[in-house]
Amino acid sequence: MRAGRMGPARRAAIDQQIQVGMTFDAKDFVEVSQVHLMADTESLGESGVAYLENLAALPEEERRVRVPTVTDPRGIDLCAYEKLHQDERFAELERRTIIAMQAMGILMTDTCINYQTVMPPVRGEHLAFGDTGSTIYANSVCGARSNFEGGPAALAAALTGRVPRYGCHLESGRRGTHLFEVKERPSNLSDWGALGALIGQRTGSYWTVPVIAGIDRAPTSDELKHFGAALASYGSVPLFHMPRVTPEAKTLESVFDHQAPDPEIIMRADLDAFYASFGRHEDKVDVVVFAAPQLSLVEMQDVARLLEGRRVHRNTALLIATSPENKAACDRMGITETIESSGAMLLKGVCFYQMYARELGEANGWQRLVSNSAKLVNIISGYGYRPVLATTEACVDAAVNGRM
Amino acid sequence: MAERHIKGHVGVGQQASGIALVARDNFSARYDLDRLKGVFSRPAHALHGQSYVNTVLVLHTAKGGVATSWMLREMKNRAMAPAALLLNLGNPVMAQGAAFAELAFMDRFEVDITEAIKTGDRVTVDPQAGLVIID
Repeated sequence: MRAGRMGPARRAAIDQQIQVGMTFDAKDFVEVSQVHLMADTESLGESGVAYLENLAALPEEERRVRVPTVTDPRGIDLCAYEKLHQDERFAELERRTIIAMQAMGILMTDTCINYQTVMPPVRGEHLAFGDTGSTIYANSVCGARSNFEGGPAALAAALTGRVPRYGCHLESGRRGTHLFEVKERPSNLSDWGALGALIGQRTGSYWTVPVIAGIDRAPTSDELKHFGAALASYGSVPLFHMPRVTPEAKTLESVFDHQAPDPEIIMRADLDAFYASFGRHEDKVDVVVFAAPQLSLVEMQDVARLLEGRRVHRNTALLIATSPENKAACDRMGITETIESSGAMLLKGVCFYQMYARELGEANGWQRLVSNSAKLVNIISGYGYRPVLATTEACVDAAVNGRM
Repeated sequence: MAERHIKGHVGVGQQASGIALVARDNFSARYDLDRLKGVFSRPAHALHGQSYVNTVLVLHTAKGGVATSWMLREMKNRAMAPAALLLNLGNPVMAQGAAFAELAFMDRFEVDITEAIKTGDRVTVDPQAGLVIID
């Protein structure tokens, strides 16, 4: 590959991977069985799209991915962008990207919840996952092995079929470093996100592995999804263990090399203080967002039930993002009809912060945002929004009343 | 004043120089930047409102998601990138993005890099040698 006999794209990919491997003292490579590729057009920009088009123009044997490769959410929902007043040039970038990626044999799943909707990873499986939420879920809940593979790195892994072996691919990179004890079990999805955020704020590095004690029975997939997504977002953390819940933590003692450290205690009051740090929108709410991560079918049903027979306020938008597969299921099961009858918009294959959030806010006059996603409220203030974290029920009430 | 040399881990990219912009805060291109204007846009960031273009950007750790890895190249192609990025502790996304963008990146220094370098210092970064030189 390095000599270029497999074409310039694979040579450039392996050279890039060698540089990264040397930076993190990798001794060799490990083959991967799946790639999850983050390549939304807002991140790609014109130069990234042109880069993909150059790859797509190579002969087929040089451009095709070597392992199954699925995509993270797109930057534009081509069925909804006009209604959202999004610029046609963004849609055009999206169309070009889709054509290029399909030419490389990439499966356009357009989802950050591939572990819930496409192919759940298996314990011990080496992966190149390119969304922090999907990576932390695969590592922690499934016991698979992946570092954060940002877009170009995941694409390189798709072209070479391997990644440098360091970090989460090594047993030594998966041992507990910090211990947290949760005194009161979170009671809903935004609570789980808030817990992930608090632990992420206190760990604060990719190379730490928090261990969370005090969870007395298994959380649901959606609860762990929100917890992990927030932990990865606030702390850049790719892996956690939860004794007697996650597969590599049979007991608390078994995940530490030495005696477990003294725990940092997390009380209900800490979660309440986290919510309070965002304040409230008492005058008006511009937009309510359910996304980041995309909603599972169960979450879609819950939101639909809360919206049934109600109407979204005329001065407030309610956006709900899910995967294309879940959208089709919602269409079939009548969930889409219930949601859209309320005036809410159901978006497929996108996620709010990946869809040109700054321009979207400016085009629609949105600043005051409410979400049940701790991850989203972390990201979105950099895009000019004033976010507030609230429960799913409070979010729906805010959308209906136009205020909190 | 004599040059000062600071050793770090071997990094990514080629030698680069610039004027330092330093803060004891963390870094994500997606979370913190207005990449069109070339300034820090996150209100809570220590460098809020300041331009990072062509600086040697010195911060504490990498944070947040994976988007930075595409964004660094896109920023560089529009001449709106820092000249180099130095972190006390990086993560894979920063190294991957720097490798893709051909941007100088280093981390894991023998000292706290946000203490050793002051905003306004003239700095040369040599990632292959694992060396930072302050004029």
